[in-house]
Amino acid sequence: MGLTYILRRLLTMIPVFLLVVTLVFFMIRFAPGGPFSAEKKVPAQVLKNLEAKYHMDEPLIQQYFRYLRDLSRFDLGPSFKHSNRTVNEIIAEAFPVSMELGLISLCWALLIGISAGGLAALKPNTFYDYIPMSLSILGICLPTFVVGPVMVLIFGLWLNWLPVAGWNSWQDRLLPSLTLGFAYAAYISRLTRGGFMEIRHQDFIRTARAKGLTETQILLKHSLRGGILPVVSYLGPALAGIITGALVTETIFNIPGLGRFFIESALNRDYTVVMGTSLLYFTLIFVCNFLVDIVYVLLDPRVKYE
Amino acid sequence: MAILEIKNLKAHFHTRRGVVKAVNGISYSIEPGQTLGIVGESGSGKSVSQLSYLKLLPSPPLKIPEGEVLFHGENILAMPEERLRTIRGNKISMIFQEPMTSLNPYLTIGSQLIEPLIIHLKKSKRDAWKEACAALSRVGIAEPEKAMKSYPHEFSGGMRQRVMIAMALTTRPEILIADEPTTALDVTVQAQILDLLREIQKETQMAIILITHDLGVIAGLADKMVVMYAGRIFEEGPVEKIFHQSEHPYTRALLRSTPRVDVLQDKIPVIGGSIPDLSQVGQGCPFYERCEFRTDICQSTFPTSRKIAHNHETFCHVEKFQ
Amino acid sequence: MSNSLWSDAWARLQKNKLAVFGAIFLTLEILLCVLTPWIAPYGFETQNLELTLARPSFAHWFGTDNLGRDLFTRILYGGRISMAVGIIASLISVVVGVIYGAISGYVGGKTDTILMRIVDILYALPFIFMVIILMVYFGRNILLLFVALGLTQWLTMARITRGQVISLKQKEFVDAARSVGVKTRYIILKHLIPNTLGPVIVYLTLTIPSVILEEAFLSFLGLGVQAPMASWGTLISSGVEVMEIAPWILLFPALMLSLTLFSLNFLGDGLRDALDPKGARD
Repeated sequence: MGLTYILRRLLTMIPVFLLVVTLVFFMIRFAPGGPFSAEKKVPAQVLKNLEAKYHMDEPLIQQYFRYLRDLSRFDLGPSFKHSNRTVNEIIAEAFPVSMELGLISLCWALLIGISAGGLAALKPNTFYDYIPMSLSILGICLPTFVVGPVMVLIFGLWLNWLPVAGWNSWQDRLLPSLTLGFAYAAYISRLTRGGFMEIRHQDFIRTARAKGLTETQILLKHSLRGGILPVVSYLGPALAGIITGALVTETIFNIPGLGRFFIESALNRDYTVVMGTSLLYFTLIFVCNFLVDIVYVLLDPRVKYE
Repeated sequence: MAILEIKNLKAHFHTRRGVVKAVNGISYSIEPGQTLGIVGESGSGKSVSQLSYLKLLPSPPLKIPEGEVLFHGENILAMPEERLRTIRGNKISMIFQEPMTSLNPYLTIGSQLIEPLIIHLKKSKRDAWKEACAALSRVGIAEPEKAMKSYPHEFSGGMRQRVMIAMALTTRPEILIADEPTTALDVTVQAQILDLLREIQKETQMAIILITHDLGVIAGLADKMVVMYAGRIFEEGPVEKIFHQSEHPYTRALLRSTPRVDVLQDKIPVIGGSIPDLSQVGQGCPFYERCEFRTDICQSTFPTSRKIAHNHETFCHVEKFQ
Repeated sequence: MSNSLWSDAWARLQKNKLAVFGAIFLTLEILLCVLTPWIAPYGFETQNLELTLARPSFAHWFGTDNLGRDLFTRILYGGRISMAVGIIASLISVVVGVIYGAISGYVGGKTDTILMRIVDILYALPFIFMVIILMVYFGRNILLLFVALGLTQWLTMARITRGQVISLKQKEFVDAARSVGVKTRYIILKHLIPNTLGPVIVYLTLTIPSVILEEAFLSFLGLGVQAPMASWGTLISSGVEVMEIAPWILLFPALMLSLTLFSLNFLGDGLRDALDPKGARD
């Protein structure tokens, strides 16, 4: 029933994942200016690490399987630029920071977005509708790297309410997470409002009213499941967006997260870090999309039968 | 002793294009165990007439400027919302035309069925579940326990309508309002649903207000009928009487335009023209433009009631139709 | 038949004040950017080390940056890059997307299923990462940037085109039954193009701001346009650095970018509403 659906989804994802992983292998191996290429422009110590690791004298296909085996052990290899660090070390240090930033931002986005959208749907065409929806246009159109600095300017420098850099106290978390979450809060508020407004006109809501339910009962029991569906579908793209947005947010607010490392590595052409981080992010997105699909099936019973 | 008495009910929609007088002064009553059929074309106001006093239509556009709806002598229109809610789905239940969309697709049948029992009859979840299963059996659904855990989309239209009926009947309402209950269903299923309603009515002495445009359905189920047009009532009386001796040009035209299986017909006589714009109706008879018997007074004044028999009245200036 | 759709849409569009504002702003902007080499008050590179981080004044409408360069001029030149990126990359996405979608829709069957599955899977991945990876590997070539950015947007275009082609395929057969050989092609051309054009144009106006945004994003991080060229993204990035002492260096480019994005979005929304046969909604 629902299980076959889940299995089917898994089966489509695995070959794709394998394809991506294989692509990554070839991209690392054929990186221009890398240790595998003719011109070995790599620091000597790094070259030694790589040769030891990859057994570069072995035939390609064996290298490939070695790579897959390493991956299954979550070993992403050494850094190209920093001779004494592995990709895993860098990720282990920086990823939890980004994870925290991402989760807090997502929480803000859901909290603000759903409440604003829900309120707007409850009282449409009033003050509670127009103001949040107009603000949401700002959130949707303005990029994070514009909102961020402006927030820093207003709340950090001019009003001096909040700290603008670093990641130590809980106050440090506020501005970055609000900045990152703002755009998604905006989009979610629109989706929520739209979802609830759609439901509101449905016949089964009239039936519920005819049965004598109160408006609150109707909202919580009958409207919620259907109304929240667009938001659930959006969680996949929202996550991808938050990961991308974190790149900028961490840069602006000087947060020691994986995003900032990623950018540095990209600028420095540290191929293994770049590919390793991308692989991590892709995996994360795959897994989250999969989870979102499951939640969607749980909420909308009609989907299983497609 | 009438359970429900509607007196001069008016329901208007205030839109940007003007005031649409969907219901423009209707009166009738219903007794226990009786089936009242409300017949009319689309746009006659027959659905609005019931939805309005139960406050099931959005109230900024809708206003009820006049009228009384007495339920056991008490005016529903004057009741506060919480009081009205104790009557809705409890003493007066309603089933709708589109069984495909009238049930919440995201919730199980069971979860929707037990709601009236828990809310109105204050039953525990377990008792409500048992009674709901029994109700499903009563309406002819096999394996009720399984059905309770299923979702609406797993059922056919006819089954869903049965579920709707079960849901409406769990609280043993005094009045069941059935708004075009069979219109969206196959003919054979229609017959089954009507039989079901008849059976249940015999058991419970429940009154039924049956809204439909299908005269066949009226003939099959209703005792008394009311003919509506453009928000007004044209004729009221026992079904048999009206079918054979209608005293209103509109009703007659309506009856004539029903296709017959026992007589060869080259052409089915239709009523020429269409329903007037309900935002432009004046004081006269709304059927004026399409009526073959119209006279001058018809245009200026809506006729008052004329009693043909003690339970049959008509609203028409013309007295003889030839 | 097609004519009345356009004129009707045009009338509806004119009533939408936000869309009109957007269109006017964009036209002015494009004009300014095209004429920049002739109307810019200073050279793009002209430094004036006596007057660094100067406030806005008559001589320098938007002030000067840390090397004394006129900000207004640099914003104009930056605008040229952003606009160019927007248009070229979007055109690439349209070409790729329309061809892909048309083939998928026209051929149908298994090919269609496979092609669309690929689209579904690619939809979930953040393309920015791909672009960054490309930049890392192949250097920060501006042409490559344009192409790569264009490739981030073709998916939606492909989906729309496929949908249109499928619905038109059915019509085509009806017409084909009535006409003979060559005429069918004319009918395809005469109906396919006007009918697909509508949604494609609407999405084009929504693709362009996405692309401009992505370019600004990359440039902000240092991965996009490289010195000596400048785009709004790089200008905003420099602005952040001197934000405390000269906030206008951040604010003016940010304002320009924001207004451009707003205008494009309003115009796109307006076009979509105008071309939508269902008319007004909630």
